[in-house]
Amino acid sequence: MEKQVILNAKHLELTLKRLCHELIESHNDFSNTVIVGLQPRGIHVVERLKIILEDILNKEITCGNLDITFYRDDFRRRETPLLPSVTNIDFSLENKDVILVDDVLFTGRTIRSGLDAVLSFGRPKSVELMVLIDRRFRRDLPIEANYVGKAVDTLVSERVSVEWKEHEGEDKILLYTKESDE
Amino acid sequence: MNSLSVEHLIGIRDLTKEDLDLIFKTADSFKQVINRPIKKVPSLRDITIANLFFENSTRTKLSFELAEKRLSADIINFSASGSSVKKGETLVDTVNNILSMKVDLVVMRHPSPGAASFLSKNVDAKVVNAGDGTHEHPTQALLDAYSIREKLGSLKGKKIVIVGDILHSRVALSNIYCLQKLGAEVMVCGPKTLIPKNIEALNVKVSNNLKEALEWCDVANMLRIQLERQDVKYFPSLREYAMTFGLNKEILDSLSKKIVVMHPGPINRGVEITSDVADSDQSIILQQVENGVAIRMAVIYLLAAQIER
Repeated sequence: MEKQVILNAKHLELTLKRLCHELIESHNDFSNTVIVGLQPRGIHVVERLKIILEDILNKEITCGNLDITFYRDDFRRRETPLLPSVTNIDFSLENKDVILVDDVLFTGRTIRSGLDAVLSFGRPKSVELMVLIDRRFRRDLPIEANYVGKAVDTLVSERVSVEWKEHEGEDKILLYTKESDE
Repeated sequence: MNSLSVEHLIGIRDLTKEDLDLIFKTADSFKQVINRPIKKVPSLRDITIANLFFENSTRTKLSFELAEKRLSADIINFSASGSSVKKGETLVDTVNNILSMKVDLVVMRHPSPGAASFLSKNVDAKVVNAGDGTHEHPTQALLDAYSIREKLGSLKGKKIVIVGDILHSRVALSNIYCLQKLGAEVMVCGPKTLIPKNIEALNVKVSNNLKEALEWCDVANMLRIQLERQDVKYFPSLREYAMTFGLNKEILDSLSKKIVVMHPGPINRGVEITSDVADSDQSIILQQVENGVAIRMAVIYLLAAQIER
């Protein structure tokens, strides 16, 4: 696998800050807004957003993690079933402005499941989508993000990996390309 | 390990420690689901389940039915009374007739030990044993162990005493297998007539003294006296049984530590356990019922994941 850096630590930080300012632009003081990170990788984005937003707004931002395993459309279509992760949404989503957050938007199927899962916590006033990386032109479903860190053009055979200082040792986003015959 | 090592759930005896951990981990997630405003997930939308109850049941049947509905499966229910079983149809014929209506999974309770195993070898569907005679009742043991794990953190090294009618109890046998696989020590306690001969071969302790057993244990699982399975008298009277092996507040408070009290239901209040014990803060009887739905969702979900499309 050949790898290429899409965003390094410095640019990733700038991108996260820019995304936070975009959020504040449309959500003001977050009085009716909650952020929901999709398990397993979206929650790391939320951890960072929370720190930056709380620093700027000087108040606590309501955040939760959502597992979508049971809402996926590929149950019984995979070799082995996926193990669910933890959901912790200890607040109602009824009438809230919800921002769904994931690291990479690819086929859109995860987000479709995420929308289903969100609705089982009540009827939100609105749902928006934020992703760090948008793999353009690769959608299986008509789903687009409202806030995008960086849009990239990729092949299906390629893989995008978002890595974090706390978990992988360094903040960076990588694009892995299969060597040879492409 | 993301899938079960077995194709059917016939008994705890067939399961590995990894299977038990996987079921518990999956049940943790389903327990979250059933506490949401919308207590339902769409996973099993294209699965049909038949609940075949050849023996009476209230809570197990309701619990399975609810678990299946929470997973969005389509379900059909069947109970032996008022069915063609009474007309002499064999078990395999009855089930195959039902399966030709395209059923993917069968949950069955049957009065004959081995019925679930027999069925799994003769029909083309996943089988979940919901109790087969005096043999096993795997989902009850799973929910019992899960409830202890929830209350005490882990089963490892814990001491559990099963009190009452061990001889006729499928819950006792499944519990012994399950608790031992999870690293707990098990004792059975009851009148000599209701303790099976050679039960020591299963590596369990035996006691005929309730007080002594309770002093030893961390958890007491008080089984129901199964009068319907007792064709001869095993003890002189219910009153005498209650006085010797019934758990009341006085004994509970006299113990040197606070033990956890369980009961698989239905309770004969005043026989195995008095009302004040059943309703005390040491009892986790109602948690057992709640956990039953989550455990059954996990078992059905994991078995359904193996069904080929």
